[in-house]
Amino acid sequence: MNVYTPILVLGILAFGFALFSVVVAGITGPKRYNRARLDAYECGIQPTPQPMGGGRFPVKYYLVAMSFIIFDIELVFLYPWAVMVDDLGLFGLVAMLVFLTNLIVVYAYEWARGGLEWD
Amino acid sequence: MIPSSVLAAPVVTSTEFPPFGQDPWWLVVLKVVAIFGGVVVLVLLTIWGERRVVARMQSRLGPNRVGPFGVLQGLMDGIKLALKEDIMPTAADKAVFFVAPIISVVPAFLALAVIPFGPEVSIFGTRTPLQLTDFPVSVLYVLAVASIGIYGIVFAGWSSGSTYPLLGSLRSTAQMISYEIAMGLAFVGVFLYAGSLSTSEIVSAQQPIWFAVILLPSFVIYVTAMVGETNRAPFDLPEAEGELVAGFHTEYSSLKFALFFLAEYVNMVTVSALATTLFLGGWQAPWPLSTIGDGMLNQGWWGLLWFLAKVCLFLFLFIWLRGTLPRFRYDQFMKFGWKVLIPASLGWIILVAGFRVLRNEVEADAVTLTVIAVVAVVVVFAISWLAELARERRRAREEALLQAEEAQWAETRQTHPVPPMPGERFEYTPRARQTVPSALAGDDEEGPGA
Repeated sequence: MNVYTPILVLGILAFGFALFSVVVAGITGPKRYNRARLDAYECGIQPTPQPMGGGRFPVKYYLVAMSFIIFDIELVFLYPWAVMVDDLGLFGLVAMLVFLTNLIVVYAYEWARGGLEWD
Repeated sequence: MIPSSVLAAPVVTSTEFPPFGQDPWWLVVLKVVAIFGGVVVLVLLTIWGERRVVARMQSRLGPNRVGPFGVLQGLMDGIKLALKEDIMPTAADKAVFFVAPIISVVPAFLALAVIPFGPEVSIFGTRTPLQLTDFPVSVLYVLAVASIGIYGIVFAGWSSGSTYPLLGSLRSTAQMISYEIAMGLAFVGVFLYAGSLSTSEIVSAQQPIWFAVILLPSFVIYVTAMVGETNRAPFDLPEAEGELVAGFHTEYSSLKFALFFLAEYVNMVTVSALATTLFLGGWQAPWPLSTIGDGMLNQGWWGLLWFLAKVCLFLFLFIWLRGTLPRFRYDQFMKFGWKVLIPASLGWIILVAGFRVLRNEVEADAVTLTVIAVVAVVVVFAISWLAELARERRRAREEALLQAEEAQWAETRQTHPVPPMPGERFEYTPRARQTVPSALAGDDEEGPGA
């Protein structure tokens, strides 16, 4: 048997359970129509109209996402190197340090320009 | 100069894991059901345990009515939720709203597939490891699957068509991806020492000493990041009841809400299990016990006991934190993640890797390297302290400048009700001095009290 097959079996069980719960929720609960209850929750005041898909949110979140991608790619490079560190030896260490220096310069620049501030 | 070992392209010998992928189909099904059922039971007990322990910490009793000591409380809560109305808000995007809880809960379970719960045991006469499956990149698999769970939160917040869930899901996403980096960097130290990404090999690499001891900073960073990853107190900003009601699942009710709750607790179990596997020696007995009877307690089903004990230790830590610490403010939280955890773990990895490689390659002795490392750390701290000092001084200067401006304006305030524009200067005219004070005095009397 393939080593990945058991994951599929577990996935099917978990998915089946989740789907069952979501479907059952619609059957077992009571159904009493109430227009106010189906409105968006807003502490008893008129719900803020929120254009679906066109809603705006702070640009900070985009910055976080972009910084995340940079660091995540760094991780992708770090993992294979970490596993083979004894075989790659000094050459590997120096290569990785050059790469990290590249990254740290960018990181320091972002820090200095206030890209990591959250006010 | 490239070492020959790189050019020779070392063949990875461990592509085939002897004990894995060889179970008969009934054993796979048995293991899957055992893992799934076991985790659900553990989650129900955790929910009950959390409420009881937090109650004790707050001098209350907590739930003690349903079943002995109230242990069935979690189950009863689930049944109660199933009997509640399933609300589909009018503003919601129906399909995404429906799918979000499923996407949230399935990956939480999937990550447990590669966790080693114990050594090889015999089940109905078949020798098999107490682990569903394993492959050379299983930790990478855990990270990948855990990231999918974030989609569930994003979809839930966006599809609700409401303000609070959207804000909650944005925060949650930003928080999880921020702390995932620190988490991933903490793993690098483990991979450096274990030389493998496979969970079972990482456990066996911790034979004489746990990674939590030799890689203590990595361990501390991971534990901090895992609390942030699971959105638990003191990092439970996405739920911040005071400002966001309940975060991304405000609009959810009934069993859909229960699924998000379940996913959160399964994620707690998953990150705890991962911490146990990577840092606390997995299923291996703790130190004084592991020496008894020639490692007798490291055999067979004993492993499961140690594993569960360590996981429960982490789960208690989660509850303890919740009972002790107040919630972070969002800017403090982001600052902590990006400006403390990430540089600290990056520096630590460079230190560990440099130490290891130099010891192997240059044959430098440990004392010299330790001295070099300590000096490097001191230099880094000194630089950061000086930078902080300079920033502090600049801030004080700006503050003084601002105050001087204020003082200048206070003088002209008597004649000019608004402060000058940048670059503009008010002249203080003698005539105004005679007329304005009386007018101002008149204004004062017409205050809100009059």
